[in-house]
Amino acid sequence: MKILVPVKRVLDYNVKPRVKSDGTGVDLANVKMSMNPFDEIAVEEAIRLKEKGKATEIVAVSVGPAKAQETLRTALAMGADRAILVQVDDGVEVEPLAVAKLLKAIADEEAPGLVILGKQAIDDDSNQTGQMLGALTGWGQATFANTVEVGDGNATVKREIDGGLQTVTVKLPAIVTTDLRLNEPRYASLPNIMKAKSKPLATKSPSEYGVDIAPRLKTLKVAEPAGRTAGIKVGSVDELVEKLKAMGVA
Amino acid sequence: MKTLVWVEHDGSTVKDATLATVTAAAKLGEVHLLVAGQGVGAVADAAAKIAGVSKVHVADDASLANGLAENVAPLVASLMGHHDAFLAPATTTGKNIAPRVAALLDVMQVSEILSVEGPKTFTRPIYAGNAIATVESADAKLVITVRGTAFDKAAREGGSGTVEAVGGAADAGVSSFVGEEIAKSERPELTSAKIIVSGGRALGSAEKFQEVIIPLADKLGAGVGASRAAVDAGYVPNDYQVGQTGKIVAPEVYLAVGISGAIQHLAGMKDSKTIIAINKDEDAPIFQVADIGLVGDLFTLVPELTGKL
Repeated sequence: MKILVPVKRVLDYNVKPRVKSDGTGVDLANVKMSMNPFDEIAVEEAIRLKEKGKATEIVAVSVGPAKAQETLRTALAMGADRAILVQVDDGVEVEPLAVAKLLKAIADEEAPGLVILGKQAIDDDSNQTGQMLGALTGWGQATFANTVEVGDGNATVKREIDGGLQTVTVKLPAIVTTDLRLNEPRYASLPNIMKAKSKPLATKSPSEYGVDIAPRLKTLKVAEPAGRTAGIKVGSVDELVEKLKAMGVA
Repeated sequence: MKTLVWVEHDGSTVKDATLATVTAAAKLGEVHLLVAGQGVGAVADAAAKIAGVSKVHVADDASLANGLAENVAPLVASLMGHHDAFLAPATTTGKNIAPRVAALLDVMQVSEILSVEGPKTFTRPIYAGNAIATVESADAKLVITVRGTAFDKAAREGGSGTVEAVGGAADAGVSSFVGEEIAKSERPELTSAKIIVSGGRALGSAEKFQEVIIPLADKLGAGVGASRAAVDAGYVPNDYQVGQTGKIVAPEVYLAVGISGAIQHLAGMKDSKTIIAINKDEDAPIFQVADIGLVGDLFTLVPELTGKL
């Protein structure tokens, strides 16, 4: 079974986003970019399935600028076998719906048994691509996965839902989106980083897949959220109790 | 504009998240609801009473019993011939279903809206709430998820919507429900609690979390939350997590105990009315957003606080 793992290049998790002064977006010039953390979890899960003998090949896919090659190389260094970059011009943002259409076209060609995606990207926080791919392929979707067990022709997935966990079984081929506690992604070793450089990486364009990536949402403005300011510090529990009483809480 | 709102329910009652979604929908136009499930007549009757609702569509079918997106999404899409916008609460259920509906309609979804600025214009958080984008949709139909804490809840009484059965539900045959482990608790749910006591990594263990946080929460009648670090360390189950990737909460009082205040956590609670922080590190970022701070050892301060309330 082949596993398709889409990955996205985003502002690094540890970098505090700065809104551009002209209100057009978040400043991405000269800041560290990395693989979306939920996608790292997706790559890791695919590798573990391959190590368990449940998968034979892992294909990493990214839709993004030329620099997204670095993100794909990271996936290859972790253990993916080959990569496909659907390249767009620098600064072009491709919305989840268009990404899902590209992934559908790639899924038609590659015929994977599973597509494992991050549940959301930490830049636009949309949380849509996996579910949209589910709609376009007609496949089952197990979103927000906490554990994944691949059986004979199906996968049983424990999902993180409000209030607890839900278990569903999806027929293969299927879509899985990862939640935080599915696994802890490995770091690529130096030899594997070197090896990844010679793994195959194909570059395609959206038009080769016949997909229109024109955005449907127009961003009119990006602003800082209303800030909170630090309040007071109290010196003792008694003072805190008084404050709570004044608020009618205690 | 005619809107269709996904009613989140537990088989007998309408959940609070639905009420905030109704408020958002009412800003766009006429409010219709969709109650989907099995044996949901009572839910539909309750939903029809929500203030501002003109019609409730009820789809009662075994294939809808567990809200599987594969079965629900085609049903919703089939109703969108007569509606202009589909709105779902940004709960795990809504987030699971809405994008599947959007793609069936060839619509780009607007996720987790914070406000309605115009018939097709909304604000939404990006970068874990570190920026707020104003976006305008160019699609003919709208598919939207709504952040519950950003809108007032519609009243549960006062409406007199008509109830209408809809057919056409079917099992897509690609997924099935196996089971659920839902934590049973007498405590208020995090997303609707008036007071929340949250614990962080500084608690050090699951035992200490129980020993220190729970008695205080009991005293205050509060919901119990946790930082991602505390959840990852196994002190409490995943559904306690407050933060951008966990639950977004906005209680009257949020008491953060031993939580340093990572951006990710702040994104989940910074809309709380009053934030109180107890932390031994006086430079912890949590104090930059806290209305009331108390610096010191939580293992002495919190039991003392519990005792004095």
